[in-house]
Amino acid sequence: MHFLRELWDNVREFVTTVGAVALFFGRVLAQLPRALLRPSLVVEQVHNTGALSLVIIMTCGLFVGMVLGLTGYDLLQRFGSEEALGTAGALAVVKELGPVVTALLFAGRAGTALASEIGLMRATDQLTAMEMMAVDPMRRVIAPRFAGGVIAMPLLTVIFIAIGIFGVQLVGVQQFKVDAASFWSQMRSSVGMDDIMEGVVKGCVFGVACSLIAVYEGYTATPTAEGVGRATTRTVVISAVLTLILDYILTAIML
Amino acid sequence: MSSSAASTEKPDAQTAPDSIVEVRDVHYSIGGRAIFSGLNLQIARGRITAIMGPSGTGKTTLLRLMTGQIKPDQGQILFDGIDVGSLSTSALYALRRRMGMLFQNGALLTDEDVFENVAFPLREHTDLPDSLIRNIVLTKLQAVGLRGAAQLMPAELSGGMARRVALARAMATDPEVLIYDEPFTGLDPISMGMIVRLVRQMNYALGITSIVVSHDVEELSILADASYIIAGGKVAASGSFVELKDHESEIVHQFVNGLADGPVAFHYPAPDYYQQLLAD
Repeated sequence: MHFLRELWDNVREFVTTVGAVALFFGRVLAQLPRALLRPSLVVEQVHNTGALSLVIIMTCGLFVGMVLGLTGYDLLQRFGSEEALGTAGALAVVKELGPVVTALLFAGRAGTALASEIGLMRATDQLTAMEMMAVDPMRRVIAPRFAGGVIAMPLLTVIFIAIGIFGVQLVGVQQFKVDAASFWSQMRSSVGMDDIMEGVVKGCVFGVACSLIAVYEGYTATPTAEGVGRATTRTVVISAVLTLILDYILTAIML
Repeated sequence: MSSSAASTEKPDAQTAPDSIVEVRDVHYSIGGRAIFSGLNLQIARGRITAIMGPSGTGKTTLLRLMTGQIKPDQGQILFDGIDVGSLSTSALYALRRRMGMLFQNGALLTDEDVFENVAFPLREHTDLPDSLIRNIVLTKLQAVGLRGAAQLMPAELSGGMARRVALARAMATDPEVLIYDEPFTGLDPISMGMIVRLVRQMNYALGITSIVVSHDVEELSILADASYIIAGGKVAASGSFVELKDHESEIVHQFVNGLADGPVAFHYPAPDYYQQLLAD
């Protein structure tokens, strides 16, 4: 009986939270056009979430590509198909690893920064002060940050993919001397525009999901040090889980 | 603002002012605990009104009700005749443009410098050119004595300076009512004296109404034209400070004279001390 009651409470809490996030998303979307009318605010957030994440995205993209080059070469050379490394590596990076790893890194770097910044603004009465100055924080703080994240995420994904493919090439062609012409020509003939669009679409969807979770958690954070810490942690955990679930759904749809 | 401004005198006490804020039979509870149960008070236009009371009596909650951040369970709060609790979000934001609020911690935007903090409401609500905004901001900062600190970040300010910047920001759009939430808490005597002087200057020089929520009896006795003491969810006493000092109510006597024990007990309710000590 106790177990059933606890289960019911958890289900009810989950449904309530999903409803609250949906309503919050609606409020953000309603304020988005007015936020976009002040491009300087959005550009500043694209810089904060995107440009400041570039180093970590590029570094991780390079190493993910290089690891893919190592494991891919090891696997393919057993079948004498080393020349297919370009195709295998590119497809893996473009369709899966690029958008997913970028989203996970985005949640860890930009998402936590957004959640803690907004949470601290709440804890130090900055959001209430804005409301008292008749300035809607949803328009002035939340919508520009959400828009910045949504714009930055696909751009970061494309950069990750490009650097990742360079990493595969670095190991395959430079280290293991796979024929460069075969590497690139097989990649060009096998990877189509629809594969690239799949990666970009995933990047956009993950951008909406991760940015929404970050601004929601920050905005609804309990205004204490512990509350802001919890919101930051929840941002990473929920964004990561949601990214993987959405990745499965999107892959199944676009297969 | 120059301290020599001739218009910083109190208005004629004989002129009966009308009310700009009226709290009518307000009931409000949080988590089943009644904060207010039939609260009634009036804030006179153009005067400085103090709202006092022991910690936890709901002074800040009353400010939140007056500014429409929360709604009363029952009763009305009228701002210049408008029922604050019944307003839509857009109407409430329009009404708030007639108010300015000074938060206990200043609530400055930590990523903006002092200049941009004061300019913030002007940039959000007006299309004034930068040159005019600059002049307004410098005028407001001059009034609080911090024109020279315009380029400092909030983290570089002392508590008193942060509150003066917040005051300049609250005044930026020339509101009709300035609300101060615990403006003296945690300040040294010099900063406290500055804030007292500023509140008085702003009120009488600009002809605005000031509502000061605090428990600093001494400062409010110098500052306020009228005072309310809230206790037990209602107004326990009201009037001038002299009238409050001679008030017959025990709780008012304890509060005004700063006595450690009285109706507000020193000890939080607990089981018998000796029984608890000997229990284990």
